[in-house]
Amino acid sequence: MAELTYRDAVARAITQEMERDPKVVFLGEDVGGAGGVFKATVGLLERFGPERVRDTPISEQAILGAAMGAAMTGLRPIAEIMFADFFAVCWDLVANQIAKSSYMTAGQVSFPLVIRSGNGGGLRFGAQHSQSVENWAMAIPGLKVVAPSNPADVIGLFAAAVRDPDPVMFFEHKGLYSTKGEVPDGEIVDTLGSAKVLRSGADATIVALAAMVPRAVAAAEALAQRGIEAGVIDVRSLVPLDTQTILREVAATGRLFTVEENPRLCGWGAEIVSIVAEECFNYLDGPPLRITTPHIPLPSADALEDMAIPSTERIVTVIERAMKS
Amino acid sequence: MTSTTDGTAATAGPPGIDPGTLHHPEGSVEVPTQLALYRQMVRMRKFETRAYDLFMENLVKGTSHLSLGQEAIAAAFGEAMEQQDYTFATYRGHAHTLARGTSMTGVMGELLGRTCGVLSGKGGSMHLTDVSHGVMGSYAIVGAHLTIALGAAWSAQYLGERRVAVAFFGDGTTNIGAFHEALNLAAVWKLPVVFVCENNMYMEYTPIRAVTAVANPAADRAAAYGLASILVDGNDADAMYLTARECLDRARDGGGPSLIEARTYRSSGHSRADPGKYRPDAEVAAWKGYDPIVIYRARLMGRGVGEADLDAIEETADGDVETATVSAKASPAPGADDLMRDVWSDGGWSWRN
Repeated sequence: MAELTYRDAVARAITQEMERDPKVVFLGEDVGGAGGVFKATVGLLERFGPERVRDTPISEQAILGAAMGAAMTGLRPIAEIMFADFFAVCWDLVANQIAKSSYMTAGQVSFPLVIRSGNGGGLRFGAQHSQSVENWAMAIPGLKVVAPSNPADVIGLFAAAVRDPDPVMFFEHKGLYSTKGEVPDGEIVDTLGSAKVLRSGADATIVALAAMVPRAVAAAEALAQRGIEAGVIDVRSLVPLDTQTILREVAATGRLFTVEENPRLCGWGAEIVSIVAEECFNYLDGPPLRITTPHIPLPSADALEDMAIPSTERIVTVIERAMKS
Repeated sequence: MTSTTDGTAATAGPPGIDPGTLHHPEGSVEVPTQLALYRQMVRMRKFETRAYDLFMENLVKGTSHLSLGQEAIAAAFGEAMEQQDYTFATYRGHAHTLARGTSMTGVMGELLGRTCGVLSGKGGSMHLTDVSHGVMGSYAIVGAHLTIALGAAWSAQYLGERRVAVAFFGDGTTNIGAFHEALNLAAVWKLPVVFVCENNMYMEYTPIRAVTAVANPAADRAAAYGLASILVDGNDADAMYLTARECLDRARDGGGPSLIEARTYRSSGHSRADPGKYRPDAEVAAWKGYDPIVIYRARLMGRGVGEADLDAIEETADGDVETATVSAKASPAPGADDLMRDVWSDGGWSWRN
C-alpha cells in the first residue's frame, strides 16, 4: 500500500497495461517528451520508447482516427485528448465512426481502445477548458464511459478499460490530479459497470461522479453532524451503469440526490432519476433532487466558478432543506 | 482516334487536361492483367447499372452513390493490391468493395436491406465492409476515413506486417481538415498508406474548381506534406494500375505514403436524387467519349484480344449481376434479433445491469 496522487496513478495505470501487453500503444499531444501537460504521463516515453509512446501534432481527428484504425487491425491503443473540450473538434471520430462501426458492420470489426481525457472544471480555465462532457459520450450508443474519483480507481478502472474489447471514454478529472489516495501494491484490475457504495446512511442516498465524489462524502459527514445519515455512491462508470446498486440503496433510504458537475440539461443524473422513478417509485419518500452546475458555460473567475459548480456547502444545504421540509 | 460503341469520337486523353501534366508510370501491363482489369470494370459497370434500376423500382431505399464512369480506379487498385492490404472506401464504395472480391450477392443484398447483405442490412449502401476481403469499411462522413486508414497503416508498421492501407476519396475531401491532418501525420510517421483522390470534378453538386484555391485539389497540395505530386489519368486502367503498383510497392518497402489524384468523371449524378443537370452538356459529352471501359475495350482489341473473349466477360458479368439480384430479392429481411445485435463486440447491446 502506498499513497499516490491521481496524476501519478494515471502513469502507473498506463505502465501496468503497457508492460503486460506489447499491443498496447499510446499517442497524443505532448504525451511523450513533455510527459503530458498535466504531467500525468511522465516517464512513459523513456520506459517504452517512441514506437509505443507517440507524440502527435495538434490533430485530434488524426489522433482518434489513428487509434480507431489501429484498434480494428490488432492493436490496443490508448489515445489522449488533452482537454475534454477538444472532443468538439474530433467528435466525428467518436460519435460517428468509433461508436457505430461495430453495429453497422454487423460485428465485423471491434475497437479495443481507450480515449483518455482531462475533464471537468475548478481550475479557472474558463468555458473552453473546463467542461464536464461525459454526458456527450453517454448519449451515444456504442461507447463505454468511465470517470474515476480516486487514484486506486484510476488504475483499476483504466486497466479494465484497456482490457475491454470495446471503446472506452476514460474521463480523468483535472481538478483531482493533485489529490492523493491509498493504492494497493501490485497489479490492480477493477470492473467496468460497478458503482461503489462509499458510505452507508439510512436517511438519504447521494449519487456522485468524479470530482463531485469527495464533495459528496464531505457533505455526508457534515449532514451526519446535523442528524441526517446520508449514504454516498460513486457511480464510477456511466456506461455500463450499475443501476442495481443505486436502486438497492435508494430503495433502502427512500431519498435520492444526484451531484453532477455538468450543466443541468440532460445530465447523467437525469437518467438515474428517471430509472429510479420508473423502477422504485413506491420506495421514495420524497422527490429525487438533482444538484448540478446551472445551465451556463463555466466562467473563469474563481469567485464565479465556485458559485457554479456544486460545492460541499451547496450539497449540504440542498439536502438538509429537502430532508426537513 | 478510336470509336465508341455509340459512334461518338473518342478523345486521346482526359478532356480538358493537359497531357503533359499527367503522371506516366513506367512499365507495361500484360494481357492477362488487362483482361482482369476489363473484367473488374465490366462487373462494376453492370452492377451499378442494375443498382440504379433497382432504385427506380424502389427496391433500394435511402440513397446510393454510383461509380459509373469511375471504374478504372477501383479496378486498378483491386488488381494491384495484395490480399492482406486494407481498403478504406467512401459512401461511393460499391465498386471498391467488389474490386476486392466481395460477393456481388453480399453487396446487392446490403443495398436491398436483406439478411444476405454483407452487413445483414445494418449498414446499407454507404457503409459496405467485408473484413474477410480486406474491405475495412466505407465511410460516409467526408474525411474521417483518411485518418482511420493511417491508423491501420500504423498498426501494420508497428506489427512489422507488409500490408498497405489504401484510402479512396473524392475531390471534395481535399478541403476538409481531416484530409490535411491525415496527410501530415502519415508523412511524419512514414506510414504505408496510399491516399487516392478520385477527382470527378464535382464536390456533390458544386464544381470543385469553384471552391478550391488550386487547380488540382490533391496533387497541388502534395508538396505541403513533402510528397510527390501525382496527377494521373483515372480513366486509363493501365496508367492507374501501374501508378497503383508504384505507390503500393513504395509503401510496402518502407517508403512512406503517397497521394494520387486520379482525374475522372462520374457519368451519373452525385446520388440517387441528383440528375446532374448542373453540368455543361459539352463537358458530359466529352467525357462520354472518354469512357474507361470503351477505351479499354478498344485497346485490348488493338492488342489482339478477340471480341468473343471480351463479349464472354460481359456475358459472365451479366449472369453474375442477375444471380446476385435474384438471390438478394429472395433473401429475407433482417429481424428483431439483428436490430439489437453487435452494439458491443460480444454481440450484445446492454448498457445497464
